[in-house]
Amino acid sequence: MAATREALLEESWDQPVRWPWLTVSDALWALLVLAGSGYAYWLYQSYMDGYEVAIQIGATLALIGWGQYWPPARTFTLAVTGLTVLALWRYGADYELRKSAFLLKYLLESQAAFMWMSTLYVLATVTYFAALFSRSDFIGKTATALTWSATVMGMTGLLVRWRESYLLGADIGHIPVSNLYEVFILFALITALLYLFYEERTRTRAMGGFVLLIISGAVAFLLWYTFGRQAHHIQPLIPALQSYWMKIHVPANFIGYGAFALAAMLGVAYLLRDWAESHRPAGLLTRVLPPAALLDEVMYKAIALGFAAFTIATILGALWAAEAWGGYWSWDPKETWALIVWLNYAAWLHLRLTKGRRGTPMAWWAVIGLFVTLFAFIGVNMFLSGLHSYGSL
Amino acid sequence: MNETAACKPARRRTLGWVLLEFLGSMNLAITLLVVLAIASIIGTVLQQNQPYPDYILKFGPFWFEVFKNLGLYSVYGAGWFIAILAGLILSTSVCLYRQVPGMWREMVRFRTTVEADSLRGFQQQAEWRLPDGDANATLAILTGAFHRRGYRWRLQDHGDHQVIAAMKGRYNRLGYLFTHAAIIVIGIGGLLDGDLWLKLKEWRGELAVETRDLSAREVPPISRLAPGVLPAFRGNVRLPEGSIANFVFVRLRDGFLVQELPFAVELKDFQVAYYDTGQPKSFVSEVLIHDQDHLGDQPLAATIKVNHPLVYRGYAIYQSDFGDGGSKLDLKAWPLATARLEPVEAKGEIGGVIKVGGPTPGALSLELDDFRLFNLLPEPDAQPGDRKFRNFGPSIAFKLRDAAGEAREYLNYMAPVSMEGRWFYLSGMRARPGAPFSYLHIPVDANNSPERFLRFNARLRDADGLQKLLTQPVADGQNPDFQRDLIRVRLSLVDLFIQGGFMAITEKAKAVAPAERLQEATVLYLNLLREALAEVFIDTLRQEGVNVDQELGERENVFFNDALSALAALPAYGSPFYLQLTGFQQVEASGLQVTYSGGTVVVYAGFALLILGVFLMFYTSHCRLWAWLASEDDAVRLILAGTGNRRPLEFAGEFAELRAGLEQRLRLLIPSPSPTSLNETD
Repeated sequence: MAATREALLEESWDQPVRWPWLTVSDALWALLVLAGSGYAYWLYQSYMDGYEVAIQIGATLALIGWGQYWPPARTFTLAVTGLTVLALWRYGADYELRKSAFLLKYLLESQAAFMWMSTLYVLATVTYFAALFSRSDFIGKTATALTWSATVMGMTGLLVRWRESYLLGADIGHIPVSNLYEVFILFALITALLYLFYEERTRTRAMGGFVLLIISGAVAFLLWYTFGRQAHHIQPLIPALQSYWMKIHVPANFIGYGAFALAAMLGVAYLLRDWAESHRPAGLLTRVLPPAALLDEVMYKAIALGFAAFTIATILGALWAAEAWGGYWSWDPKETWALIVWLNYAAWLHLRLTKGRRGTPMAWWAVIGLFVTLFAFIGVNMFLSGLHSYGSL
Repeated sequence: MNETAACKPARRRTLGWVLLEFLGSMNLAITLLVVLAIASIIGTVLQQNQPYPDYILKFGPFWFEVFKNLGLYSVYGAGWFIAILAGLILSTSVCLYRQVPGMWREMVRFRTTVEADSLRGFQQQAEWRLPDGDANATLAILTGAFHRRGYRWRLQDHGDHQVIAAMKGRYNRLGYLFTHAAIIVIGIGGLLDGDLWLKLKEWRGELAVETRDLSAREVPPISRLAPGVLPAFRGNVRLPEGSIANFVFVRLRDGFLVQELPFAVELKDFQVAYYDTGQPKSFVSEVLIHDQDHLGDQPLAATIKVNHPLVYRGYAIYQSDFGDGGSKLDLKAWPLATARLEPVEAKGEIGGVIKVGGPTPGALSLELDDFRLFNLLPEPDAQPGDRKFRNFGPSIAFKLRDAAGEAREYLNYMAPVSMEGRWFYLSGMRARPGAPFSYLHIPVDANNSPERFLRFNARLRDADGLQKLLTQPVADGQNPDFQRDLIRVRLSLVDLFIQGGFMAITEKAKAVAPAERLQEATVLYLNLLREALAEVFIDTLRQEGVNVDQELGERENVFFNDALSALAALPAYGSPFYLQLTGFQQVEASGLQVTYSGGTVVVYAGFALLILGVFLMFYTSHCRLWAWLASEDDAVRLILAGTGNRRPLEFAGEFAELRAGLEQRLRLLIPSPSPTSLNETD
């Protein structure tokens, strides 16, 4: 008895509980990403300078880590890669095929892909609310599937657009995060991915409708911007944007914007629940809305993530500015508004972390934070002039 | 400011203590964050560092002074703004000063002295009574489990009971330290790079802003800065190709300073490249750095592009803008107000002034302001909503200033521009700076030149010629008095028209005709005028050698109509001549910005600290576990409790796993009867 006991005690104590990166599928995933990245490097190395190769290596590691941390990301990556490779293969070197090849014209050409994305996001919004009120698991799963499909189409569209810009002319080619049109798509995608992550982690779909509402808002703007302003054409890069910094500064920023937007929409759900609880304690809303504690927790997590990403993005922006504008800080309107957003959420986090504040005022603040963020994101470009006026309406 | 502060014993409330308490308070910190955010908005709404006259124009003299005194034109350097920033840094410093000892204790101490009852009060806790328990074996299981989950632990024997205190993720506490230290470090770096030093020098009377329009050479020493005097500056200089400079201008309020450089920059060449669409693709300056001390006679050649500054001896040289560096122009001034046909030819240079009409008093001065090789403008014939652009070709911008100092601005394009299928020479005019240009459209003749129109115009201003041309008998057998009157009317109508356009004709009709016949009279006058002008036009064509015996072609008719529109616009054009650009030799100038910022290293260190701190703070969690063991009678009592300062849900999950694992092992240890769990805390 004693021997068994001791053996058992001895046996496993020295081993850590989890040793996550040694399962077969994890290793396969890493190898697959490395192989894909290596192939992309082999294909496109002539377009990249040293910094961009470094960014590619970083992105590769980040993708491996992402798939490691959150397995659905693997399926997502594979789907997007598959569709993108299909589109690039169909394109060959002829940009004009987008008008004639069926597969491109109706599915994979970037504009077509964005239209699919837009449609699917709007459908997903409606479906999430249907699932919320009907409390049907099947409808909920459908909503999730729609959101995933929309995100796959949008991400594919962005990647295809990247290639299309090179098909237009080698000197025109650039990553599609260079103007308001392109970053709005990025915003929708990142917000959706963040939401899908929290949906999976919290095992509830009740937040979906609220988050998808802001994504649908972005889609509405995109449609107006496309059809009202013809803003969807690929434009060559002005000299100030010709920098590898764009590849990291912009996406980092939009993780921040996306997370803040998500937090604000959860704030809306929180306030609605708060209202329902005090006015209709037995009403439908009280029954279907997610519990306040969950909303509060995810709101905090989103703001913390957004704050971390936004800190990095702003610092990257400062480093870029030191290369492009003559100094890391010029009190340019965009810089100043980035600081305002940062200060705003810094104050929020102080209240939450050190004073332990929760509840309605913090939810209101998160909602107001969205307006501050939106102003930094679009308002500055619309109303204020400065160095950073790359995306005017 | 947080958990640990609450534990501190109350000290004696001296003034210093109260002050420290206030400065380090969370409420002050949050207030300052919000106040700083709101104050920052001002400078984004009000354009900063514009020339003072612009502000006077915008706000009027009274508010201009008020805003000036508030420092709103350069708000981020204003005393009160710096005070808010300094307040934030001070508050953060005090907070750090007060928190660091507590944080440090929190990081290194295991807290092995705990009461059983306080552990029972934890949210995450479990308690077992182990009959026939073996305290040592239990201890071994516990320490093993703690170790396995990455916890470090300490054991203390209190005689009647034992406590194992364990923790992990203590570097989370560094997150607080790093982020707050980062704010201070960035603040100090920013202060080094700000214009505080400059203000200090100004305040001590060692420096004065130069507000006159002087060249760098003429600026007196009181407005000059030697290299290295300031830890940071940002200055600009515009270098024409082939020129050299060892200084930059630093703009300050309504004037400037001259910052000398320890080397000289020579611009060899400046190039702008364009995409096929006409948008600029790159701005590239080829420069030579001359530095006798460090480079000797061999200058350093370098290329400066947007996003690719040259860093030399800590000075960063940026491509910031571009402009004209004194392009040489060949000009023709066609008289517009006289009968003279021949243009005056002149040579000019951008930046130069030409006295028109010699040195006589009251003469106009022609100031040549800018030359542009490309003018990418929205397509004039585009459908609404269509975003097309067209290159309008080279242009010159100039001013005509009269003796009273009043100026009109002009913008003339060198080549004709096609609009709705017709070609025009365009000349824009505005009487007020910043107003939109109104354009004179001079129709182009068969030789692609403005000459026909100009000759036609000159003929109309030749009183004798007109007399001769228009007094030819109109028709035979008519009343000679009527004919004389008709001729007189025609001449006066032409004269009215060239002095005041169509407006003058309708005014005239108003003056002579009663109201009920006004329209009739206007039509009659316009017809008479048109006939007379047509005769002059046909004669102009005849002189040009065009066969006018047959009816005029469509082209001539269109030209005639366009010419009438242009003639009608001439009175408002306000220039006695049309300035045609006939040739040029472009000299470009590159706008370079030179900066030196000694605080960069400090600020970047702060950035690194900030990122590290933010991640430690949000994504690590300082978790503590306690096991309290006491032998009682024939059993062992075990209390397990824990807390994580971040991510409570994750910690709850971890605690549950730990508890389940422990229970399994404790069961192995004491086969029968199984340990009784005294409470469940789900």
